[in-house]
Amino acid sequence: MLLALAPGAFAFITPEAGGSPNANSIDDLYKIVLYVAAVVFVVVEGALGYACWRFSRRRHEVAEQTHGHTGLEIGWTLAAGAIVVVLAAVTLLKLSSIRNPPNSDASGASLASAGGALYADSEQKPPPNGKRLEIEVIGRQYLWQYVYPGASNRDGLGAPYSYEQMVVPTHTTVVLDAVSMDVVHSWWIPELGGKIQVVPGYHNFTWFKIDKPGLYRGQCANICGQGHARMIASVRAVPPAQFEAWLESQKREISEANVAAAKTRAQLESEGAEKP
Amino acid sequence: MATYAAPVPQVAAHRVEREARGWTSWLTTTDHKRIGILYLVTTFVFFILGGTEALMMRLQLGTPENTLVNPVTYNELFTMHGTTMIFLFVVPVWAGFANYFLPLMIGARDMAFPRLNALSYWLLLAGGIVFYASVFWNPPSAGWVSYPPLSGIQYSPTGGQDAWIYLIHLTGLSSLIGAINFYATIANMRARGLSWGRLPLFVWTVLVYAVLLIFALPVIAAGVTLLLTDRRFGTHFYDPNAGGSAILWQNLFWFFGHPEVYIMILPGFGMVSEILPVFAKKPIFGYKAIAASSVTIAFLAFLVWAHHMFTTPIPTVVLIFVMMSSYLIAVPTGVKIFNWIGTLWRGSIDFKTPLLFCVGFIALFIIGGISGVFLAVFPVDWQLNESYFVVAHIHFVLMGGAVFTVFAGLYYWFPKMTGRMLSEPLGRLSFWLMFWGFLATFLIQHVMGLDGMPRRIYEYPDVGNLALYNLISTIGAFILGLGVLVTIVNVARSLKVGAIAGPDPWKANTLEWFTTSPPPVNNFDVIPTVRSAEPMKDYRREIERVTGPREPASVIAGAGTAGPAGGPAA
Repeated sequence: MLLALAPGAFAFITPEAGGSPNANSIDDLYKIVLYVAAVVFVVVEGALGYACWRFSRRRHEVAEQTHGHTGLEIGWTLAAGAIVVVLAAVTLLKLSSIRNPPNSDASGASLASAGGALYADSEQKPPPNGKRLEIEVIGRQYLWQYVYPGASNRDGLGAPYSYEQMVVPTHTTVVLDAVSMDVVHSWWIPELGGKIQVVPGYHNFTWFKIDKPGLYRGQCANICGQGHARMIASVRAVPPAQFEAWLESQKREISEANVAAAKTRAQLESEGAEKP
Repeated sequence: MATYAAPVPQVAAHRVEREARGWTSWLTTTDHKRIGILYLVTTFVFFILGGTEALMMRLQLGTPENTLVNPVTYNELFTMHGTTMIFLFVVPVWAGFANYFLPLMIGARDMAFPRLNALSYWLLLAGGIVFYASVFWNPPSAGWVSYPPLSGIQYSPTGGQDAWIYLIHLTGLSSLIGAINFYATIANMRARGLSWGRLPLFVWTVLVYAVLLIFALPVIAAGVTLLLTDRRFGTHFYDPNAGGSAILWQNLFWFFGHPEVYIMILPGFGMVSEILPVFAKKPIFGYKAIAASSVTIAFLAFLVWAHHMFTTPIPTVVLIFVMMSSYLIAVPTGVKIFNWIGTLWRGSIDFKTPLLFCVGFIALFIIGGISGVFLAVFPVDWQLNESYFVVAHIHFVLMGGAVFTVFAGLYYWFPKMTGRMLSEPLGRLSFWLMFWGFLATFLIQHVMGLDGMPRRIYEYPDVGNLALYNLISTIGAFILGLGVLVTIVNVARSLKVGAIAGPDPWKANTLEWFTTSPPPVNNFDVIPTVRSAEPMKDYRREIERVTGPREPASVIAGAGTAGPAGGPAA
């Protein structure tokens, strides 16, 4: 339990955590495995080292001609089995806190809603009260795109989106629905939990709930081509009011850009029509 | 049998045919020993190539934001490195050792199908040449796992990916034919008295290796054939835009890929189980447990493939099943390690180079096994998967595991293959350089992964301690490389000036030491009869019985030193 007393000193042999409850639960689970592993490591490596030291030719001239010991064989098979059972039990106990998101806090963003059903075959449970902010993560060579709820058109188009940096409200349960446009990618922001493979043709889900405003960095974790190393991602958590303002400005900028683009297109088309 | 008097008394020495000489004899040979040497030399050449690629990657990663190699070259390097080490070194190097020693260890004069045996080798070489020929055009760059759609025609349009597919086909065929040959040889050609319960443990593991290959290879063969038809003949097995599934590939690949892990390590386990008793001067501890655990591992190996796919969209119930089966596989693996330590316990350990490599292997493999338990806990794997933690894990089991046992085997059997001993001081130097170099390279990679560094990236930003960790890893890699180089020098030197070995330099247990070093073409003039799991010990005892009593233990142990000698008391 030395490790528990000095968490700072051992931080470099534990995963990144601290951004979201699922990342923290994974970190807790990791530490339990680490304690068990540390004991096994010391005992087994110790026995190996002791045997090499004590029974070297210099210290132990005559080898004992034994062929085995059935009791010992059964004993260490059972011991290894017992460790395995304990680890499995701990994992199953921790599983729901990693897999299933909690409710948003009262101070969370009002945008978190029960709408937008998750897919029927989805393994991602919604939070108990069903309210979450659902963001679609789209992976493509070599850029992440995030599509937010709030489509203006009935066909679902016109939703605000952003690239590379995802902006999210604090104290709000955010569920990510990840798809790929081309090859296999992997979404990973270490401080916000585990990674999910983003496979074309499939939906994959994860979630996080951030209490502390701040910037959380990550990058694509599955080889996706020559730009893989530069396919970075980040999540910026801001207070809910600020988030809603940002979303509005994003919407406005996108629609302004669309209007400008339409104008340019019309101009180009009319020029093109004049020419021949 | 002995009472029969031949009408024409004559002593038939080795076969009267003149031994084939010259380089053409190597092209036409069907002698299992020569094919074994061809295998070993070829695979070691590929080991050097794969190692050079690894060092180039480590050079690139030595400093953050390095521009030594460009991203395309880097992707080609890790694809070539992984593919070379797995398909052209570790898997076939066991075929090399098994080719040379399996017939000798079971008292046979050759493999069951000598011509097929030659075919296996030439298919391997063809696969290697096809693959490396791509270096002159465009090497593959989708990683050794080649996940589609990245490995599809749209994202990997060059022929390099096709060269990779042909490599899998050719080496797969080579391994499959070899595996059938090993199985047939073990099943049918054992010496009189060599029952299953007396089979050397290396032979047991080659048997399991062969069975695993026979079951696993057709799956990858099918997988890459679908990839080939997707790429070149307009099918859509892996194309999600036309109703195919990119995850189908992952299932097929890892259904082969996980048994492949045991294919790569089990013969090494067997080798360690042969070498430890010889240098601890003590029978193997728990022969039956070790043999049984190999068979158990082989069975479980087919139930765990999805632990490579924990982050894909798969149902929780599958995750839990695969986690449990992956845990289970730790039990027989642990049993082996305990039995090896039990073999050393109360022995009289002679720290010759083969034993050093075996003990180094056990020490490193324990770490690889433990990091494997972390990865089997699927929520923890969600953090660690595809990070440098996994890179560290795979190298602890494959480099610290398989490659250290390859070196143990090389030092142990080199005298049998060449008739000359390798130098002990150079061997020890090579071991310690490799051991500490290995630890420096890969221990720190666990930490990089925990800090969030993904694998297969050609550059990384200078944040936290990443630059320091990577520099340590790079320095370690070059120390490791130096250690390998020392062994190459040792081999080259000992071929000319090594001490003459004689038939049985280690006072070993198994039948290959019954014949001369190197063995004659027909291996044995008289096939020895086997009365226990340690036939050579029986023969030595019989000779002692005839020629006189055994010398006192202290003299045999070579303890000419004065002072209180440690007795047999524990």
